[in-house]
Amino acid sequence: MSKGEIVLGALAPHPPHVVYAENPDQNEPVSEGGWETLRWGYHRLARKLETIDYDVMVVFTPHWQTYVGTHFLGVPGFSSKSVDPVFPNIFRYNYDLEVDVDLSEAMCKAASDAGLITRMMRNPDFRVDYGTITSCHMMNPRWDKPIITISSNRNTHYYSPEVMIEQALALGKACRTAIEESGKKVVLVSSHSLSHRHFVTESPLPEDMSKEHIYNHSQYVWDMALIDLFRQGKMREAIDIMPEFTEQTIAETEGGGLVWMMGAMGMPDYPAEIYGYQSVIGTGNCIAAWVPQSDKREIVL
Amino acid sequence: MDHDIIQFGLYVPPHPHPLLSPGASEGYQRLRDAFDTCRERIENSDADLIIVYSTTWPSIIGHQFQANPNSEWVHVDDDFHYLGSMPYSFTMDSVFAEACVEKAQERGLQARTVNYDAFPIDTGSITALSLLNPDNRIPATIVSSNMYANRSETIVLGKAIRDALTEEKRKAVVVVVSSLSNRMFTEPIDPSEDRIHSQKDDDWNRKILEFFEDGRLEDLSQLSREIHGQIRVQKVVAYKPAWWMASIMGQHNNYDGEVLAYEALNGSGGAVIQLTPSAGSIGDKEFDEDDVEYYRGDRNVLDQGGV
Repeated sequence: MSKGEIVLGALAPHPPHVVYAENPDQNEPVSEGGWETLRWGYHRLARKLETIDYDVMVVFTPHWQTYVGTHFLGVPGFSSKSVDPVFPNIFRYNYDLEVDVDLSEAMCKAASDAGLITRMMRNPDFRVDYGTITSCHMMNPRWDKPIITISSNRNTHYYSPEVMIEQALALGKACRTAIEESGKKVVLVSSHSLSHRHFVTESPLPEDMSKEHIYNHSQYVWDMALIDLFRQGKMREAIDIMPEFTEQTIAETEGGGLVWMMGAMGMPDYPAEIYGYQSVIGTGNCIAAWVPQSDKREIVL
Repeated sequence: MDHDIIQFGLYVPPHPHPLLSPGASEGYQRLRDAFDTCRERIENSDADLIIVYSTTWPSIIGHQFQANPNSEWVHVDDDFHYLGSMPYSFTMDSVFAEACVEKAQERGLQARTVNYDAFPIDTGSITALSLLNPDNRIPATIVSSNMYANRSETIVLGKAIRDALTEEKRKAVVVVVSSLSNRMFTEPIDPSEDRIHSQKDDDWNRKILEFFEDGRLEDLSQLSREIHGQIRVQKVVAYKPAWWMASIMGQHNNYDGEVLAYEALNGSGGAVIQLTPSAGSIGDKEFDEDDVEYYRGDRNVLDQGGV
């Protein structure tokens, strides 16, 4: 068996608005569009993924929040409806997805062997979170690859961003070990926004783009500072400023997704591909990808 | 007088153990027994409505009221999925939910009802309603906890719902779903060895319980910021349950309080408490913060900085 590998890692924000704007058959509400900068970026990334050979998509989501360790999906398939508890008016999505339980169990074991608290999620009634569904739908709308979801252990809130970083890096390294031993080609997905302060009101027409803008200039400046490091391939530096970034922008990086992915990918020192940046209900959202194989990298934006 | 629009108030924990695994520890069973006692008291009251404020239903777009007349699904908790599934079928009072939205908007709040098939009702609300109102004898309304809301917004929310109760001439039991201290153990534990996470958490919990037993709800409301800093994991901006409970029940200390159970739930402080409006009062009231009737949004201190 050949050694498994991570073929791409993506920062893939999951505001349900982008699925709503796409009007897929799976989602009940109907929109007039909106958030095209993000959606077109996602389309471009999805096209790239069609040219890449991979077996499974592994998603780290901040919307499956666990306090007792890190949990992994452990049921072969899920078919249900996901209704966003915050934006139920725009996201009521019927999903039918397959899970790579073998790799999920291997990652869970590797993480446990590394000293982390872990648990497999075996309850077939479990509803997969809308963050996973949104990111996966936008990256692979055909849903023709199995997925794995990893929960977000709430270390930032319970301890500190520094503890979160340490544990997320360890989790990433453990996942990489399991992936390499599996012989599989894997796409990693860090499903979250950057700055994450929302507006608390909503336009009568949610997709009214005349109302959409970043919550405040500070959030924008911080987002750009981080994206600049992405562009330069300075991910060690990006992780180093993560505690301050997270605190200053109430960032969704608090969940640990980006840190986990960088840990799994060995802290890339090459430029990320930037596919788009746009605000959604005030939050800052960047689509970016890190491609280990140098001849597969592009300058997108 | 409209004092009987609130028959009594309950403060109950959000975690599913009393529903799904009461026999796993003596403490969980005592919490379950306390829930059962409260169920009987609701049945013996004149209440025609249950209003649930759940700290495990966060909202962003203002305040959401559950209005699906028959909210039905099978829920699984994010952390405690191994304890089992939580099928539910709740009767919601959609007319009252609409009235709450109207009154909230009149007081300056952003509010809306949610009425969608498969809407994910939260673990805390499911646990509370399943145990307190298992046969849907009384319709319910669940209100979300806005993650950005602070004191004034939360107090106005409680008052708005009270407005709706008064206008609709309803008699309600109000249920706050919240832990006291909310720090859980981050490693699996044997339920029989469950305990409060730290001595400090336990000390503070017991002080809060003293206030509840003395009926000092408004004093607790005034202590909310201190409670948040001392024993709450900083997941949201503030500890809001006492603000909401005081504003909907009445901002005073005239209550008969009873702590029916206090136990650890995976390290967090779980208590079942009843507060019943009464004529008596206790405590030297020193109310430090202004009352508020109408929500005018966050103060824009930058715009006013040059004044």
